[in-house]
Amino acid sequence: MGAEISLSDLSPGIKATIVALHGGHGFQRRLRTMGIREGKTIIVVAKQPFGGPLVLEVDGKRTTLGRGMARRILVRWEG
Amino acid sequence: MKRIVLMGNPNVGKSVVFSRLTGANVIASNYPGTTVDFSRGRMKLGGETVEIIDAPGTYSLEPSNRAEEVALHMLQEADVVINVVDATNLERNLYLTLELLERGIPVIVALNMWDEARHVGIHVDERALEELLGVPVVPTVALTGEGIKALVSRISEARPSDRIRPVTEDERWVTIGAIIKQVERVEHRHHTLWDRISDMTITPLTGIPIAVAVLLFAFLLVRLIGETLITYVLDPFFNSLYLPLIERLSEWLGPGILHSILIGEYGTDINFIESLGLLTTGLYVPLGAVLPYIIGFYFTLSILEDTGYLPRLATLMDTVFHRLGMHGYGIVPLFLGLGCNVPGALAVRNMEAKKQRFISATLLAIAVPCMAQTAMVFGILGPYGFHYVVMVFFTLGILYLVVGIILNRFIPGESPEIFLEIPPYRRPSIRAVAKKTWMRIRWFLGDAIPYLFLGVFVVNVLYVVGFLQWLGDVLSPFMHMAFGLPGEASIALIIGFLRKDLAVGMLLPLGLSAAQLVIAATVLTIYFPCIATFTVLIKELGIKGMAASASIMVATAVTVGFILRIILLGV
Repeated sequence: MGAEISLSDLSPGIKATIVALHGGHGFQRRLRTMGIREGKTIIVVAKQPFGGPLVLEVDGKRTTLGRGMARRILVRWEG
Repeated sequence: MKRIVLMGNPNVGKSVVFSRLTGANVIASNYPGTTVDFSRGRMKLGGETVEIIDAPGTYSLEPSNRAEEVALHMLQEADVVINVVDATNLERNLYLTLELLERGIPVIVALNMWDEARHVGIHVDERALEELLGVPVVPTVALTGEGIKALVSRISEARPSDRIRPVTEDERWVTIGAIIKQVERVEHRHHTLWDRISDMTITPLTGIPIAVAVLLFAFLLVRLIGETLITYVLDPFFNSLYLPLIERLSEWLGPGILHSILIGEYGTDINFIESLGLLTTGLYVPLGAVLPYIIGFYFTLSILEDTGYLPRLATLMDTVFHRLGMHGYGIVPLFLGLGCNVPGALAVRNMEAKKQRFISATLLAIAVPCMAQTAMVFGILGPYGFHYVVMVFFTLGILYLVVGIILNRFIPGESPEIFLEIPPYRRPSIRAVAKKTWMRIRWFLGDAIPYLFLGVFVVNVLYVVGFLQWLGDVLSPFMHMAFGLPGEASIALIIGFLRKDLAVGMLLPLGLSAAQLVIAATVLTIYFPCIATFTVLIKELGIKGMAASASIMVATAVTVGFILRIILLGV
């Protein structure tokens, strides 16, 4: 059982599982319809410097997400 | 007439399906009361003509932006919906599919990117899916046209689903999970070469040099296309065929007002840029000098768009744009605006927050010269040396950043973070690129020529009645003090409201020095957008917002003009 951390703290290239989404209802729906859902495996592909956005991969599909939004996604890291 | 609406998530190849279905007769227009543009076309279906509408891409029927609202409206006017679904991405695409089916409208599903799905090891059992959804499901590869015939032949089978009932959001995801389990099988796959390229273009260390190279290449391609067209097509046409014709017309007309308006001053050599006649400058500037670059620009941009590079660029640029009060998507209005400010201004709406739209629109109007203007700046300053051209664009670049940082600090409101899908790289379809390029060029033609004609006409009339000379005299002290320019340059500023390229051309006969031309061209860009852009911006920002934006523009123009004057001409 790994530790639960916020997605913004996950290092690039490491697999984790999405545990919970926080934030408003509309925001959560947007995440889910873009494929970011509880139970999915997620990898951070790249982190843009200076507090820039993250590039995520879920189900082989990539999404760019602002750092603040990434803080509202809780993941369990399998390390 | 029966109406078929294409609905689907963004980036599923919906527009390619659309162009496969409709052929050449496509009209792009704004949705009534909004600035969301969409395409509308027609096709024959069983001897009957039906209307086809390409709705904006949407992830769900609970709209989160203007474009999605429009998509929802279009749905309400649909007789049949073709739901285009990305087969490589079935799970999340099905959310919209289920929402559509729950509404009880006749639906047919196009399972697009069928080849790509198989290529990456995703197998979808389309028969089982058809069974579970209760509506026809047709695999398609819009890019090659595969499956499109089958899709068309089965449109008549589109029906409301008898299998799907309205449920809550959570239950919908449960249903999707159950469907996926039954219809989809995924083979394990290794990272392909394209994946690795995708990684490289989005990791900052390698991505930024690649971005610089891509932009440089894009710039060279625009020039190459533009210059090739000018050298081999337009210059030969205007110089060898058109000029003799105009010369004959000139002799036949003789001196007089009509000659001044149609051709220019009688007795001087005909010059397509300086003569300022309707049939000389009025035709040559938009068609001979600007159109070739517009073609090159929109062709290049359409390729960048269709390969999927732009979202990556937006990701890389996000950090910078965030400092300017926008997010990475701000690169899109900026880019489009470099072609023509009008589509740039329209793209502003894709940003969620009012603050972002205001900043993006204001910066567009201040610091982004359109291709028409760029071509003219190269034209008038190029002969004095390339460094003068650089001065203009360097000043504008700095302005974009500085004004952006200032606006971000003082404009109230939130600016949400970036959230966008990165589609896989795709080979662009020549057909789709050609179509997109053509539709954008048509925009320019419909917009440029009428205003340029009007501009030339107004100049000629005001000249004949002596108004322009009077105005030049009145504004002379101000122009001289503030910008170090002669009074006549104010005429160009006024005309700049109609067409910037025409205005830049009007600076030529004034005999300005290179430094003065730099100041005039820069001020011309900043002080106000052309009337076509202005109209769009009023719609986007509202009268009050536009008034605020316009005051910022004028203030910036005066300040920058004055600073340049001090730097280039001394006190």
